[in-house]
Amino acid sequence: MTAADIDRTILAVWRIEQPRLITSLARMLRDVPLAEDLTQEALLAAFEHWPATGVPEKPGAWLMATAKRRALDHLRRGRMLARRHEMLALDMEQEQQALPDLDSALDDDIGDELLRLIFTACDPRLSREARAALALRMVCGLTTEEIARAFLLPDATIAQRIVRAKRTLSESGLAYETPRGEELSQRLSSVLEVVYLIFNEGYTAARGEHWLRPQLCNEALRMGRVLTSIATYEPEAHGLLALMELNASRTAARTDAAGEPILMLDQNRALWDQLQIRRGMQALGRAHELGGAGGFYALQAAIIACHAQAMTADDTDWPRISGLYAELAALVRSPVIELNRAVAVGMAEGPEAALVIVDRLAHEPALKSYHLLGSVRGDLLQKLGRYGEARAAFEAAAELAGNKREHDLLRRRAAEAANAAVSPS
Amino acid sequence: MRFMFIVNPAHPGPPTPELMEAVHKLADREIKAGRMLDSGGLMPVATGAQVRITDGKLSVVDGPFVEAKEVIGGYAIFELPGKEEAVAAAVEFMQLHKDFMPGWDGTCEVRAFAGP
Repeated sequence: MTAADIDRTILAVWRIEQPRLITSLARMLRDVPLAEDLTQEALLAAFEHWPATGVPEKPGAWLMATAKRRALDHLRRGRMLARRHEMLALDMEQEQQALPDLDSALDDDIGDELLRLIFTACDPRLSREARAALALRMVCGLTTEEIARAFLLPDATIAQRIVRAKRTLSESGLAYETPRGEELSQRLSSVLEVVYLIFNEGYTAARGEHWLRPQLCNEALRMGRVLTSIATYEPEAHGLLALMELNASRTAARTDAAGEPILMLDQNRALWDQLQIRRGMQALGRAHELGGAGGFYALQAAIIACHAQAMTADDTDWPRISGLYAELAALVRSPVIELNRAVAVGMAEGPEAALVIVDRLAHEPALKSYHLLGSVRGDLLQKLGRYGEARAAFEAAAELAGNKREHDLLRRRAAEAANAAVSPS
Repeated sequence: MRFMFIVNPAHPGPPTPELMEAVHKLADREIKAGRMLDSGGLMPVATGAQVRITDGKLSVVDGPFVEAKEVIGGYAIFELPGKEEAVAAAVEFMQLHKDFMPGWDGTCEVRAFAGP
């Protein structure tokens, strides 16, 4: 093994083991930020020793023993109660004796601990961005540099975000506990929001082609799977997982060879990932079984599921999609959802009905500089044969488009409308 | 990145209960950690066949294979950040065979899925 191989191996083992290390140390120390610091020290120790000694036979157990030794040293330095000391020392001894025993390491039930860790990282007192950075660091084992690259931000910004977030957690004397009952549902929404933010950051980004952006999607999916396997009875956790799996199933079909985006209705459906669709449908089914069909994430997942289940674009069940959008719009008042509903209504009932909705949105302040409003409107007018108005709508939308690709596309559509106005077919 | 693991023992023979238990524990952990997407046991080659093309000739090899009635291999699909993680996961899995079924020989083939 070359030095670079060993470094990569260390990071690979690290990613797998890190949540378990933090949760075990947090249990010993009752202090998550401190546990996070000390596990980082174990990582540094691996970088220091493994190149000389080779990768140990049970690398995970090595990291755990090293991290626990640091934690124990810390407790000793902190002059903790002598009794607690002894207990921990005894624990340590037993653990050391049993060490090259993978079975006991596997027995260590991390489900609850991991859930606790996720809730800690996603504490509602932290900003959404801080929660996302902390979760990626503590739950997914990404380094500060990797998180910075994924969010296209300077290292220092992310490092500062993490330091501040950890300080807030330490100062607030946070109870390191998994919320239960009513509180669980409330706190869960803050967790789901973070997971969805991480997913969307990786999924919808128009910029940055670095491999880390798909990795954000994968980490969000992974956290979603963790949440559903340990918070089994929360329908919205299953709803969010369904939404993410179903959206991610289209990844391979979303861009052409040159990296240009392909709209959903034009995608080659043979490239949609059937394993992921199956997983998404299972998660959605579970959300429904739990009575969560009307949830924010479950409704969005149900909409995507309509697309995922249509063999061709023409098979799409637009009446159902437009019904689901109506439910979603009743749940969350958002002009963007309303605009999407208009598109579905246009497909289900025809452009006239859709235009009524779109025209109602014309004065929404939130959509004032949103080019898709004009783009949808232009499309409906074009279908109605009102070419002059369509051209004006496309031209106005083109001025608002954020990037050149979209700008060019809208100019092209304006030109088409202008041609049609001259020689209507 | 997505990986497929295909486990093939060198000699047919059922796994020991200890190995099965350890493998189930590991699988449970990997599912809960969101890394394992799918998995399953495979019956011996005798219950299936091999369809080959050699020197341009297509042939179906339907035995003779050593008979065995138990699950003797398996597959799993993982979503992992990269090859290093996949190898680490496969090493951990194979270590269980070493620990819980002394004398077991075989391979775990680690293959990356094509595509993004």
